[in-house]
Amino acid sequence: MNYRAIWSIYRFEMARFSDTIVQSLFAPVLSTSLYFIVFGSAIGSKMTDIDGVGYGAYLVPGLTMLSVLTESVSNASFGIYLPKFTGTIYEILSAPVSAFEIVAGYVGAAATKSTLLGSIILVTARFFVPYSVLHPVWMVGFLVLTSVTFSLFGFIIGVWADGFEKLQIVPLMVITPLTFLGGSFYSINMLPPAWKKVTLFNPVVYLIDGFRWSFYGTSDIGLGISVGMTFVFMAVCVACVAVIFKTGYRIKN
Amino acid sequence: MSKEYETIVSIKGVSKIYKDGFEALKQVSLDIRKGEIFALLGPNGAGKTTLINVVSGIVKPSSGTVTVDGFDIIKDYRTTRSKIGLVPQELTTDMFETPWNVVSFSRGLFGKPRDPARVEKSLKDLSLWDKKDNEIRTLSGGMKRRVMIAKALAHDPSVLFLDEPTAGVDVNLRREMWDLVSELRKMGVTIILTTHYIEEAQTMADRIGVINGGKIVVVEDKAILMQKLGKKQLAVSLNAPLSAIPAGLEGYQVALAADGTELVFTFDVKAVQAGVADFMKKLGELGIIFKDLQTKESSLEDIFLTLLENSS
Repeated sequence: MNYRAIWSIYRFEMARFSDTIVQSLFAPVLSTSLYFIVFGSAIGSKMTDIDGVGYGAYLVPGLTMLSVLTESVSNASFGIYLPKFTGTIYEILSAPVSAFEIVAGYVGAAATKSTLLGSIILVTARFFVPYSVLHPVWMVGFLVLTSVTFSLFGFIIGVWADGFEKLQIVPLMVITPLTFLGGSFYSINMLPPAWKKVTLFNPVVYLIDGFRWSFYGTSDIGLGISVGMTFVFMAVCVACVAVIFKTGYRIKN
Repeated sequence: MSKEYETIVSIKGVSKIYKDGFEALKQVSLDIRKGEIFALLGPNGAGKTTLINVVSGIVKPSSGTVTVDGFDIIKDYRTTRSKIGLVPQELTTDMFETPWNVVSFSRGLFGKPRDPARVEKSLKDLSLWDKKDNEIRTLSGGMKRRVMIAKALAHDPSVLFLDEPTAGVDVNLRREMWDLVSELRKMGVTIILTTHYIEEAQTMADRIGVINGGKIVVVEDKAILMQKLGKKQLAVSLNAPLSAIPAGLEGYQVALAADGTELVFTFDVKAVQAGVADFMKKLGELGIIFKDLQTKESSLEDIFLTLLENSS
């Protein structure tokens, strides 16, 4: 195992993160704060509690996930797309590194950034709404697992993308709708039965539900299914990455 | 061949067919000797870059095998890649990074421990030290290329591929690059460079391979290649112009030039002595008086063009 290579890629990616800290950290924190101000503090006070949790507090896990998912996909896809775009990927391909090491470096860095971002958003949220965390270990577990899974997903998007437009379209047109419709702002039990069925095809539902359970101990679906489905989605992403490296899809001729 | 050479890169029957059906390499076999400067010559699209990319691991060969220092490039890719440094043709590097960062990154990527002293030395060797903290996009083209070389050398490779190192580079920089390559060779690095500047191959290379249409046309010592395929010309300036080639010179490859004031005799280098002596004797016999003589050797460029004509 070429640990030094993993570490080099990781450090290089993390350096870019600190160079663009305003864009990668402050911007998502600001937009999430706006949600908390509008939906949590202003409108939230007029809403009834959901599952015994105040609306503002109910929003915290979902809004955190919204940022973590979007940033995971953006960071990881950009991280691998950039060397493809500039051509510097030649060096990665000609280096004594395995596919696993390349993915570990890029996805590891992207997931670290998202986990960091998620933590900062949670701290920020505390200024707007009071909330507590019932199962902190599970909470951290879900946060890390989601960051890794969606960074893997982002890596796939970055390999697949052949232009900046495709790179932006996925977080914007796929991740955001899935998160909004995945129960960030409501309990899926509030939906009519037919729509609730449709919603269950959305992988984000399971992530948010599990994450919210770790905060308040209430779940629409059940912890086991949430964890299981998260791992299933992760396995699908790992399989896709494996296929990418096996076939050299859009990376190697 | 009297001398025994140690092979460092061995390419055997390598073909590459791209997905669109383009056959970039056709059964290429080539041995690179340890410590030599090997020039791979060929027109654009001949397969030079594909061949380099196959050995470096960027392109998967469709068939054939490649070994570096006895290790297979696919089975033992970690070993072979750590022995190879690659400077691609395009100036592809992170434009917003500094030379210091990208060279350190390259070293780590190839599994070498962090070594600021080593990075410092390589930046100094390539006259990049005072620019080490500048963003690469602010450097000149020549400096950018040196950054690429510093990156390729960061893990102390024993084989260095230079893909078109002087394409679009001005004369001074080209000389600088040649000096650098000589320096590297002295350090024991085997260098394989591709070029379509014949002058470059002629100045630097020990051996030359010509590739055209994905096939190796010839591989030869530079001197032998020039001797084998080179032609010499003897231009004889005449005292009085001739209207036609005199009778008696039919057996020679002769042409009349400069409005009949010059006889140009072309002969193979191999037949040097006999050819010229005979010809001179004949001129004397025919009573042709001349005031000056000039011989001209064909350059590698002429040889190259002849080879390409014959191979296509």
